[in-house]
Amino acid sequence: MISGLMWTSKTSPREPSACAWPWRLAAWLTLLGGMTLTAGVQAAGSAEDEHFGVPQVKFINEQIAAGWADGGLKPSDQATDGEWCRRVYLDVIGRIPTLAELKAFVADSSPTKRPELVGRLLGEDFVDDYARHWTDVWTTVLIGRDVENEMVSRPGMRQYLRRSFSKNIPYDRFMEELVTATGANANRKNVDGFNGAANFLSGKMEENGIQATAKTAQIFLGLQVQCTQCHNHPFNKGKQNQFWELNAFFRQVRSLRRFDGTRDIQWIELVDEDFAGESGNAEEAELYYELRNGLMKVAYPVFVDGTEISRTGYVPRTLEGGEKIGAHRRQELADLMKASPLMPKAIVNRMWGHFLGYGFTRPVDDLGDHNPPSHPELLDGLAERFREQSFDLKELIRWIVLSRPYALSSKASKGNQRDDPSLGEKPKFTHFYLRQMRAEDLYESLLTATEADEARGGEEAAKKKDEWLSQFIIAFGTDEGDDSTTFNGSIPQVLMMFNGDLIKQATNTGKGGFLDRVAKSDMKNAAKITTLYQSALARSPSAKEISAANDMLVARKGDAIGALQDIWWAILNSNEFIINH
Amino acid sequence: MSSMFDLPTGMNRRHFMSHLAGAAAMAAPAAAFTNTLLANATDLKKRHKAAILLWMGGGPSTMDIWDLKPGAPTGGQFKQISTSADGIAICEHMPLMAKQMHHMSIVRSMSTREADHMRGRYYMHTGYVPNPNVEHPGYGSVIAHELAEQVSDLEIPPFVSVGSGSVGPGFLGMTWAPFVVDSNGNVRNLDMGIDPTRLDQRLRMLETIENKFIGEKRGGSAEDHKKVIDKTVKLMTSKQMEAFKVMKEPKDVQEKYGTTGFGRGCLLARRLVEAGVPFVEVDLGGWDMHADIFPTLADRKLPELDKAMGALVSDLADRGMLDDTAIIWMGEFSRTPNINGGGGRDHWARSWSVVVGGAGFKRGVVVGETSSDGKEVVTEPYSSQDVMASVLKSLGISLETTFTAKNGRPMKIANSGKVIKELFT
Repeated sequence: MISGLMWTSKTSPREPSACAWPWRLAAWLTLLGGMTLTAGVQAAGSAEDEHFGVPQVKFINEQIAAGWADGGLKPSDQATDGEWCRRVYLDVIGRIPTLAELKAFVADSSPTKRPELVGRLLGEDFVDDYARHWTDVWTTVLIGRDVENEMVSRPGMRQYLRRSFSKNIPYDRFMEELVTATGANANRKNVDGFNGAANFLSGKMEENGIQATAKTAQIFLGLQVQCTQCHNHPFNKGKQNQFWELNAFFRQVRSLRRFDGTRDIQWIELVDEDFAGESGNAEEAELYYELRNGLMKVAYPVFVDGTEISRTGYVPRTLEGGEKIGAHRRQELADLMKASPLMPKAIVNRMWGHFLGYGFTRPVDDLGDHNPPSHPELLDGLAERFREQSFDLKELIRWIVLSRPYALSSKASKGNQRDDPSLGEKPKFTHFYLRQMRAEDLYESLLTATEADEARGGEEAAKKKDEWLSQFIIAFGTDEGDDSTTFNGSIPQVLMMFNGDLIKQATNTGKGGFLDRVAKSDMKNAAKITTLYQSALARSPSAKEISAANDMLVARKGDAIGALQDIWWAILNSNEFIINH
Repeated sequence: MSSMFDLPTGMNRRHFMSHLAGAAAMAAPAAAFTNTLLANATDLKKRHKAAILLWMGGGPSTMDIWDLKPGAPTGGQFKQISTSADGIAICEHMPLMAKQMHHMSIVRSMSTREADHMRGRYYMHTGYVPNPNVEHPGYGSVIAHELAEQVSDLEIPPFVSVGSGSVGPGFLGMTWAPFVVDSNGNVRNLDMGIDPTRLDQRLRMLETIENKFIGEKRGGSAEDHKKVIDKTVKLMTSKQMEAFKVMKEPKDVQEKYGTTGFGRGCLLARRLVEAGVPFVEVDLGGWDMHADIFPTLADRKLPELDKAMGALVSDLADRGMLDDTAIIWMGEFSRTPNINGGGGRDHWARSWSVVVGGAGFKRGVVVGETSSDGKEVVTEPYSSQDVMASVLKSLGISLETTFTAKNGRPMKIANSGKVIKELFT
């Protein structure tokens, strides 16, 4: 009896489906026979000189290839269609492709299918997924992982970010809105002037905005100035006066706690007020900072490139006689940042790191002179092109994901084994570097793989995800709210993947659920296994894996859904699932 | 079958199954197996070296705790009291530790340069300043790595961090990463909820997939993933996990340590070291007192610290474990001698103290001295590297040990720090 149920790797690809259920597998059987997803198939339209008519892609390819030539390195082969497809979904919209999406892409024989898919992922069809993913990424960048901070409204922050990424507002405006935000940070009934962008600074104004200064420089300019608060930096050109001159731009901001009948903070309001300076003369509003030898020094607002602005601390207003006075210091700062070459470099480096696993510098937000980039001309050139393209993030993404280095296999070859940035060397991008999915992406991918689409998107789903994420957060107990995550390949992560509620849910065999639908479909057993592999790993099982799956069925004594559950558990727990490759 | 994930050391498959059965139904563990383990545990307790790092996240003001300057303008509000060690006086709000100072020594001549939380945290944990091209291993990873052979029967992680993430394993790899638990010893998602036979079958299927991916030579993280799974399986099925159940300690013992998070963390540390864990870090955060420092210290922080640390030192001594167990008390830096306008102290790394004791350390001595206002070290200054070298020496770990970083560069253990000689002679 058992042998009759054995899964074999032979399938009947053209077997018509007797079942009328409108499930995504419907078209699958027709594809099984014709395609070899696991083999290193050269994707159509991905020849070495291919840049799809996009000059910026051509520029990237040339610059990266020049680096290979310099290092005497040979790039790996192209990734398979399945690998590339999984990769681009994960990196652009933060989840793996559904089975139907994967099949549609692999089946497409058009030479332009890659740019077409990228176009779709960046277009209207996927705008909600896109906004959700980049909201996740930027929430962590802007306000960290701490869900307990009462000075910050995560829903408010997310609302702002979702809107920004849905509309694809230009990056310079995005930066400006965050740096100059005023208004209420939470969207509450009876609260006027909601502005979710205020959450970037609402929790960073303690002690005269030290954190606001450090984080603005780090995130938007790639400058690590936090150490120069107390002293000149021992290793780079950072000087203490620069920190405090930058800090002076934030001295008009107030982060006000607003209350509504109880003692708990209800919301934060970010406002700009006149800054009278530390000696009370708002015309020349100065601050003082302490040198290590105990002497005090004065500072006025001066940008990192040495540009001074007016020293007035008054916020802009028109006097009775019609005379206009004052300066909006944060607005002046945003204008200077927009014009600075550091701003596009910082975002290009961050985005490159997001897609390629390593930025041109490590960390991606440290572009100081002490930390030379791996590909300086490429970084500068991309930054200039990004400015020419009006800071359109979707264009920048398009260039990167259509580039040759992004399309390479993650399998190292003899010609490039020594290109391994995990050894501390500068990356050469000769093959695609492995990295673990972010926790948010894993969560979304599990929902995708199990077709639990109804659980995705929207603020309620985001809160649920936050709750799940909180199990990994480690707070460091400092006033700066530093945090870290145990979602880093350690034992707690494996325990969660082995036994956590999310996995129990993903592997449940309840009626109407994913496994139930696969089990009850009229596919042959091997096709059912293939469905599981495709859904999670974007490839078909090997002969050895089919054989291991057969062992499972024997072990379950013919309980097919039980065996599918065990196999599904193993697939979801595998390195291949959680590592973006 | 031969390609199972590594089973707990020295076990055959059948043994593994009984092991799983034991974990699934703790009420009736296989008797023979339990006996073996208990015997091992006793053996371990007798011989192995270990270290407990009491990590004071945020930067505690050491001149209000271990190196008081009563009467100086910078001296703050506290008086000092004499202690069980001749000639050593500490803060009046540390009365229980005052009775234990003959077991401990104070290094009052620390002088470092990192006064940013994250940089200081990294530097004090690793002996190295942050470097974009290499990640260095911290105390826990280094000591667990060096002492692992002494505790080869250990099935639970050799580096446990209670209440904080500590610093990662750097180039030593995820095998030596901290295992993070809360101070109640709770380990999430430990229960598999399926029978052990079936788990075993699932693991075999999983291994097939893992091996295929590893065989494709895509990078080290594929292999690391498998190693961590192996450790997780060991841990899930180990009787030694009992060590985490700190709430099973008698009530009076729990009360002696204090029913605070840090108190339970210190008690948990003692249980873990008893079970064979060579390194435990216990975190007490909240020292970043830029305002109102004196009432915060006197009313909240110091009583919590004093009770737990005092209990830990005396308990280890009473149980005969102190001679094999090093204790290190430190934060990422200290706080300014000058008291700011808000009645607080800011970040300060130039002159401060750490406290060590147990293992091979000389006890009841003070090393070094600061100026009368606390702003300068007036004797030979010591660094993070020097403290680390001294801790390693106290545990009998060779300072000639050299690691090879992933890039092939040799890395001297403790960054070639000098042993603080006054702590040994």
